[in-house]
Amino acid sequence: MTHKFVLVTAFLVALVAHGFSIANAVESSKIVQYVVVDEDSLPSLNVPAILQSLTGKKGDPANGRKVVINRKKGNCLACHVMPISEQPYHGEVGPELNGVASRYQEGELRLLLVNAKFINEDTIMPAFYRNSGFNRVHKKFKGKTILSAQQVEDVVAYLMTLK
Amino acid sequence: MACKFIVFSIGLALALGIVHETGHAGEWGKYQVEDRRSGYTYRTKETRAMQDDDFQNPGMALVDEGEALWSMVDGKAGKSCASCHQDASVTMRGVGAVYPKFDIGLGKLKNIEQQINTCRTGQMQATPWKWEKGQLLAMTVYVRHQSRGMPMNVKVDGSAAPFFEKGKAFYNERRGQLDMSCGSCHEAYPGTRIRADMLSQGQGHSFPTYRLKWQKVGSLHRRFRGCNKQVRSKPYKYGSDEYVNLELYAGWRARGLPIETPALRN
Repeated sequence: MTHKFVLVTAFLVALVAHGFSIANAVESSKIVQYVVVDEDSLPSLNVPAILQSLTGKKGDPANGRKVVINRKKGNCLACHVMPISEQPYHGEVGPELNGVASRYQEGELRLLLVNAKFINEDTIMPAFYRNSGFNRVHKKFKGKTILSAQQVEDVVAYLMTLK
Repeated sequence: MACKFIVFSIGLALALGIVHETGHAGEWGKYQVEDRRSGYTYRTKETRAMQDDDFQNPGMALVDEGEALWSMVDGKAGKSCASCHQDASVTMRGVGAVYPKFDIGLGKLKNIEQQINTCRTGQMQATPWKWEKGQLLAMTVYVRHQSRGMPMNVKVDGSAAPFFEKGKAFYNERRGQLDMSCGSCHEAYPGTRIRADMLSQGQGHSFPTYRLKWQKVGSLHRRFRGCNKQVRSKPYKYGSDEYVNLELYAGWRARGLPIETPALRN
């Protein structure tokens, strides 16, 4: 009887441990893996970049504009002036984004959105596509990215219209 | 003769220039000490005018409530605050400028709210007041108001030093999904707009303060919790060691600035 109990317990422990590892694996695999290319390997770049679309699809600039405005998604206007005149009070923390597409290439903008700390580790700009390595995240946001991969692509597509 | 006049003119211009420079450095009068500027200076003319006029400042209602509570007997010992501390305008003057401070009995820092509740549970044998409720807010406002105009002067050396260092480390530690520290905004970008709001230097010497956003008076710990939640981080509890240590660091950031309680902010 005791023996049986031990066996069952051992099985449960194994199951729980296994369950945890599955959960962790799901968490980190939830985000699309990407490759960062730097200026040394591609001299046409001015800053490191992600050349491939995160979803393999083109972004939708109209939806990107909505994501940019949405305070719970991009909330870009908190810090950046943008050519979005129907929205009052644009922030001044970051650079103005008017004409940003003539200053950056698409892949550079993608990395700036995914995780700008690849380019400047001291930046205040949040990483919009990162789901781990944070300190004391609120449980509502644990294991989550600010934007989905497609939303990142949509914002990239929108920013590329700002010539 | 003409030459002398020119020299004199240049001298006069330089002298005036110096006077002008001095005037410029003190643009914000008592609300600026060296490079430290009170949150008052980042608010609109209208908000500042409302704070300046005690009849318009909505936080003054809590000063009145606190005054009434001061002499209200409560608890098994049959005492009020006034039983021990008599006239608050005399005995509490200066208290708001030096809290939070190290408490030997506790072996850590204690802020005004916690000292009020220590008096209640100890001397008065009354129940402690709840954080962020009317009575504790009113009494905290009333106590700090007795130091209005006095320069913030918290002690950060000696026994307080390790707690000050913890508060400073908290201020500069990134947290939450947005991965920002207090300093990411308040050190790097004071005077800069985030949407319609303007970032201050993140001090905290004039709390509890009336916030237009809250439409009521709130504690500094409520503000800390709000900031933590905004960067999508798990906030700490009201009165937690983390926030009391942070309160000391925030108070030090305002050293020399006059206490404004009840201040008015966005």
